[in-house]
Amino acid sequence: MPKLSRILIWCGVVGAGVLSLATIALRRGEPINAMWLVVAAVCTYAVGYRFYSKFLAAKVLVLDPTRATPAERLDNGRDFVPTNKWIVFGHHFAAIAGPGPLVGPVLAAQFGYLPGTLWVLAGAVLGGCVQDFVILLFSVRRDGKSLTEMAREEIGPVGGFVAYLAVVSIIVILLGVIALVVVNALKSSPWGTFTIAMTIPIALLMGLYLRRIRPGKVLETSLLGFVLVVLAILGGQWVSQHAMLANWFTLTAPTLAILIIVYGFAASALPVWLLLAPRDYLSTFVKLGTIALLAIGIVLVRPTLHMPALTRFVDGTGPVFAGSIFPFAFITIACGAISGFHSLISSGTTPKLVSREPETRMVGYGAMMAESLVAVMAMIAACVMQPGVYFSINSPTAIVGATADAATATISSWGFPVTAGDMATLASAVGEKTLFNRTGGAPAFAVGMAQIFAHSLGGQAVMAIWYHFAIMFEALFILTILDAGTRVGRFMVQDALGHIWKPMGRTSWYPSILFTSGVIVAMWGYFLWQGVKDPLGGINSLWPLFGISNQLLATVALCVATTIIIKMGRARYAFATLVPLVWLVSVTFTASYHKIFNTNPRIGFLAHAQQTLGQMATSPKPQELARIAFNDRLDAAVTGVLVVLVLLILTESLLDWVRILSGRREARVKESPFVMTNFAAEEQG
Amino acid sequence: MRDSVSRFGRLLLAALREIFEESAYERFLKRRGCGSSREAYAAFLHETQHARERRARCC
Repeated sequence: MPKLSRILIWCGVVGAGVLSLATIALRRGEPINAMWLVVAAVCTYAVGYRFYSKFLAAKVLVLDPTRATPAERLDNGRDFVPTNKWIVFGHHFAAIAGPGPLVGPVLAAQFGYLPGTLWVLAGAVLGGCVQDFVILLFSVRRDGKSLTEMAREEIGPVGGFVAYLAVVSIIVILLGVIALVVVNALKSSPWGTFTIAMTIPIALLMGLYLRRIRPGKVLETSLLGFVLVVLAILGGQWVSQHAMLANWFTLTAPTLAILIIVYGFAASALPVWLLLAPRDYLSTFVKLGTIALLAIGIVLVRPTLHMPALTRFVDGTGPVFAGSIFPFAFITIACGAISGFHSLISSGTTPKLVSREPETRMVGYGAMMAESLVAVMAMIAACVMQPGVYFSINSPTAIVGATADAATATISSWGFPVTAGDMATLASAVGEKTLFNRTGGAPAFAVGMAQIFAHSLGGQAVMAIWYHFAIMFEALFILTILDAGTRVGRFMVQDALGHIWKPMGRTSWYPSILFTSGVIVAMWGYFLWQGVKDPLGGINSLWPLFGISNQLLATVALCVATTIIIKMGRARYAFATLVPLVWLVSVTFTASYHKIFNTNPRIGFLAHAQQTLGQMATSPKPQELARIAFNDRLDAAVTGVLVVLVLLILTESLLDWVRILSGRREARVKESPFVMTNFAAEEQG
Repeated sequence: MRDSVSRFGRLLLAALREIFEESAYERFLKRRGCGSSREAYAAFLHETQHARERRARCC
């Protein structure tokens, strides 16, 4: 294509992006169309990919197309396999896409659509995509080493230890909080509970079918599993209308929490092929299909956003979670903008599949852009609802009142009109008894998604089916992460205990399996139980804790990346990872400070503990209040420990950078030796 | 146009086969020089168990 045409096309892309961003940022007082968000996102990603990632590839990382990757050098047809870049892209995207980019933006929508959307776009292009790309490349240059191994080798033993603890902490907190999202979505919902309960026998059946009847036919088995899941959704409607069965499947939050804890323990101890692997296949199948369907639905329907650009809750008094835009919007949306967890995937399976170094740009940077687009779609799903409906679903009873009339009166008094009748009609349309106090983000996302789907496929008559499809999709996602996360956490505990007493490190020794599974499940189960019993709905305290831990892991990853860039002699370009690092440090440290010390009991853990203890003398249940106060102090301690750990790795990294830059330490990267790729020779020949 | 669509379809199917580990099973069979069977699939699952168990799923 002639140069002039290319310049004109890119000018057009930039122009469309600027116009869309200006529209979403400056339009006030009237609803805007969701397509403005989509166009703004696509143009921002296009410009970010074409120009910024190219700059990173050429100047900062100096990608070398002649250097053989571990997939080529160590090709064993098993772990290391040179793979087509588009296939690696799909594989990597399937691994990084989880419920985070769906839930975070829905919760952050309480500020309006603007803050969350801008953070998702800027955070991804300048932070999240950079982190995923850089860590993927550095892992490729180190034979696919993990983040913790790279931290130990490049920063030092403290770095390695901190990275290990950060990973265990994030797994525990993540599992507790996402389990709470499922509990809040399924409580008092016989339809949803039945559907999700049925996914367990369906997964077991898939495991047996795959092993006994059609060995290796995973796509076929997943399709079969999907058909069974759809039947379970349809059956759920019948169950919810059956007097006795509906009673069986109408469960309270504490009962659901206990069942999920028992399930997590069993899934960790059962053989992988029987439950974990088939559920993983089924979840991935549904996930990829639903994300594609949602994208098509949004483009076809082009819905109007009813949520304003900014709500009155930018001042930090929001009912969904307390705290102002800075720093809380930036820890509420982690996945979708920048997520530390991605660095584990970028230094896991993916680096072992990349066949040429330049492909890390498309896989690392590009897949994160796709994930970020999913977050924009979630923001749209949350904002197509009337704000009054959004706040009715997401506000805990402790804030808005326990009855429908009290809740709607409170929410209407905020300037978001809604009536008890509106909510009853909506609940009936989606096949639920009530939609009040459904905190956690999943039900609100499901309602938004059902509204979009109902406008494009099937109309209002099938809204209940779409709602329960969305709930099933999210819960299936989450339970898959619970399975896999509990098991990964169990291995990490086994590895650590193995240093103290060797038999505990044997991953096939059943007493060790049971003990370590119990330890991990007890840890995340404690957070889940705490959330279930929290009068403010649990999300208010636990989601920020999860956001902080996830962003702190990103801080660790960016410390590793900056250290390597400086050691490579590219210090003048270290701003690429240093800028997001500084931003994340300021966000997470400010958020941690507020969560521990803020005098507002809705924000600060210690202030809430103090307030709760002050009510003990007059309360009929003083023991319950004492437990709540203990939990607050525990959350404050966990936050404090995470901050101290990251301070340690920051200090060690900073000292290292100063020593290298002042010439007191030799800058030596621990890369695998250079080997010329045969692929380049093949291309030239 | 037709070629592009068919190329896209083939690539999509290949990506799905990689994501769903059908390609990994095929490579296993090729490496072992055997056909698909219950026993072969059980051996494949056993061989990949270590990697599968430790594979984190993102949030």
